[in-house]
Amino acid sequence: MYFGLSEEQSFFQDNVKKYLAEHATIDNIKHITSGDKKNLSAEIHQGLLNLGINGLLIPEEFGGLGLDLLFAAVVSEALGGGVGPTPFIAPYVMAPTAIKHAGSKTQQENYLSKIASNENRFGVGFSEFIGKRNDAGITFSDSTLNGRAMFVLDANDATHLLLADEKGQIFVVDAKSADLEIVKLTTVDKTRQYTEVICKNLEAELLEHSSDSINPINQAIDTGRIMLAADSLGASQTMIDKAVDYAKERKQFGRAIGSFQAVKHMCAEMAADLEPCYALVWHAAHCHDHSPAEARLMACHAKAHVSEMSKGIAKKAIEVHGGMGFTDLLGLHYWFKRIGLNRQILGSPELIREEAYKTQV
Amino acid sequence: MDLEYGPEYQDFTKEVESFCEKYKGLSFTDGSNNPLGSSGGSDGPQMSRSEWQKTLIENGYFARSVPKEYGGYGGEADILKSRIIAAEFSKSNTPGAMGGQGIDMLVPTLLEMGTEEQKQTYIKPTLHGEMIWCQGYSEPNAGSDLASLQTKGDLVGDEWVINGQKIWTSTAQYSQMCFCLVRTEPDAPKHAGISYLLIPMDSSGIEIRPLVDMTLKAGFNEVFFTDVKIPAGNIVGKRGEGWAVANATLGHERGSLAPPDATMNRVNMLMHLMKEETLDGKPLIEHPIYRDRLMQIQGKVLAQQSHALRLLSAKLNPGADVKIGKMIQKLTGTELRHELEGLAIDVMGEIGTLYEDSPHLKNDGTWQFIYMYFLGLIIGGGTSQIQKNIIAERGLGMPKEPKVEEA
Ligand SMILES: Cc1cc2nc3c(=O)[nH]c(=O)nc-3n(C[C@H](O)[C@H](O)[C@H](O)COP(=O)(O)OP(=O)(O)OC[C@H]3O[C@@H](n4cnc5c(N)ncnc54)[C@H](O)[C@@H]3O)c2cc1C
Repeated sequence: MYFGLSEEQSFFQDNVKKYLAEHATIDNIKHITSGDKKNLSAEIHQGLLNLGINGLLIPEEFGGLGLDLLFAAVVSEALGGGVGPTPFIAPYVMAPTAIKHAGSKTQQENYLSKIASNENRFGVGFSEFIGKRNDAGITFSDSTLNGRAMFVLDANDATHLLLADEKGQIFVVDAKSADLEIVKLTTVDKTRQYTEVICKNLEAELLEHSSDSINPINQAIDTGRIMLAADSLGASQTMIDKAVDYAKERKQFGRAIGSFQAVKHMCAEMAADLEPCYALVWHAAHCHDHSPAEARLMACHAKAHVSEMSKGIAKKAIEVHGGMGFTDLLGLHYWFKRIGLNRQILGSPELIREEAYKTQV
Repeated sequence: MDLEYGPEYQDFTKEVESFCEKYKGLSFTDGSNNPLGSSGGSDGPQMSRSEWQKTLIENGYFARSVPKEYGGYGGEADILKSRIIAAEFSKSNTPGAMGGQGIDMLVPTLLEMGTEEQKQTYIKPTLHGEMIWCQGYSEPNAGSDLASLQTKGDLVGDEWVINGQKIWTSTAQYSQMCFCLVRTEPDAPKHAGISYLLIPMDSSGIEIRPLVDMTLKAGFNEVFFTDVKIPAGNIVGKRGEGWAVANATLGHERGSLAPPDATMNRVNMLMHLMKEETLDGKPLIEHPIYRDRLMQIQGKVLAQQSHALRLLSAKLNPGADVKIGKMIQKLTGTELRHELEGLAIDVMGEIGTLYEDSPHLKNDGTWQFIYMYFLGLIIGGGTSQIQKNIIAERGLGMPKEPKVEEA
């Protein structure tokens, strides 16, 4: 029995962390989020591709590494920790999972090997299946899609998109088609890209098994949620580390603010809230591959619980920094906002807990 | 990550399963009204609590790694087997062994630091439930700041003579023995002047005054010592080493106060209750706000259960860094249990306030009782605030509070 990360997983995660520490410096994050150095984020993405992040979950027969979801979770944690300004969850986790479960043999061969070889990059828009807002929604008839998908993940620079209708049918579309309009959505989190996709008689290919059952889309959503939980986990840990370091340095009333109990207890609460999240996220990722009976419940709770804990941590870590925490200069807000987006994307805690309950009746 | 236990353990699980099956519905002839224990049914075998205790030891389901000569089972320490036993007992609602401060705190301490004679004398009757212990640490002026305790012990000839007062001493009124912290070296620095003494509670000069706690039970006591004489040999560790000995036992207590599996059992009980109880004709579980609160807590408990697996694995595979992971257990475990019991009261509304032998009481009134009881556990054994100090200072390396000059 061993509960924890393998040496390979820790090693891989360290490599991602090191890469980000060198290349996604706070200065570079500022350049990227203010839009003044467009190619920087593509360079960082390429650097991570060189480490092999695209092939982690692709089965070996299609040229990937065929690893467990836990491997992807530790990458996601590292990306959250370094506010990595690069696509990961949609193209390399959700899309491969969806195609693996919903694609016909030909579709799998077609797409999975091209994700592994980096010829194809997928954005993913499943929001309307999870919870349709206002007049959004995709309809499918005569091999074409019409309608609007909100909060499509990682659509920029994608070659293809996976879009879902309310029934959970999944469609592959050409991201460069003239019948599709990609509208940028400006959110508080500028380290990643969110878009709205409008389809007008857009030619679409149904992933064959996604019309038989909602299992494939749920599998993909579960993996996405676990990744978002891991991202918030990493982001929260960085915020705690920064708060603790700052509290040891900053002096007021002639002493380090970290010697004041109000500050000390905020830090202890953050640590106590976050520590069990590691085990929960790892366990959820593990269940996804090895314990199908618990997998959905664990994925739901991982996302909902980590979102709740991270929200509190993001607030307290800013408070520990005083006015400095509130500045753009320090950049702590990048983590705060990243956690804020992770919380809402692919289902906010209340929605997800409702799904968690439904798995138990 | 590998959560399989291996074939040897699968056989062991089956063995425990069939043991539990054999004693299904067990009830105690000498009554067990402890609302924290599982009460068992009434349609199965009957025996006394101490017979059950012995049965558990004989089968290796309790005191498994305690040597036979001290009254244990004499098996190898096997963390996974212990976990399987706990899990199977909990799943089948089989009553576990009696606990208490003697079993949970004193026995591990003696095993680690006691003399051969102390082990021979005390461990067996304690494990068999025939010798009950109380913990005499806190004093009226020494609570969180335990090391400032003033009850004193003088070595006169071959006897310790003890004078002073303890307070909040749980179960003192039923106890045969007390493991007690006493200042024996008045001139030594605060922490270095304390010894760990074993005091028979029937010694002359001991007066016990029960204190009723907020649950309206006399859960703890004041204990007064006036020229109480005990043999010089009733000391664990050397003179002045009592603080280190006590810290070893506190470690044992903090881990065991609020195991997440027990909390998950209560979550499941609450979910069941919410399907049965109705509000405006609708089961409570169909009310989305209550349901969401239940799911929030279920998520927290799952996190703690996963965390416990991580800590378990760290014991099996030393080297893993779980320092903070261990420090947070007492704080997070007791707070969560209190929150959960409180939720049960909320979802029941007015019905949730019923107590003792009231009509309409649900689950024997355990929700209110444990809700209050766990507030006691949040305070006892080092308060939540003290736990946060420990996490911040020892876990995160934050600076200590500046010392106030002694008056
Ligand atoms: C149910 C129960 C059972 C108990 N059983 C036993 C027993 O069997 N044997 C035994 O010896 N003792 C027992 N105790 C005593 C228990 O260990 C003490 O109550 C506890 O350590 C707190 O001490 P105190 O009550 O003196 O509170 P105080 O120390 O006076 O604390 C009062 C408040 O001040 C806070 N505080 C104190 N110091 C600090 C600090 N440095 N930083 C921040 N906040 C601080 C505390 O957190 C608390 O909120 C029991 C207590 C309870 C509630």
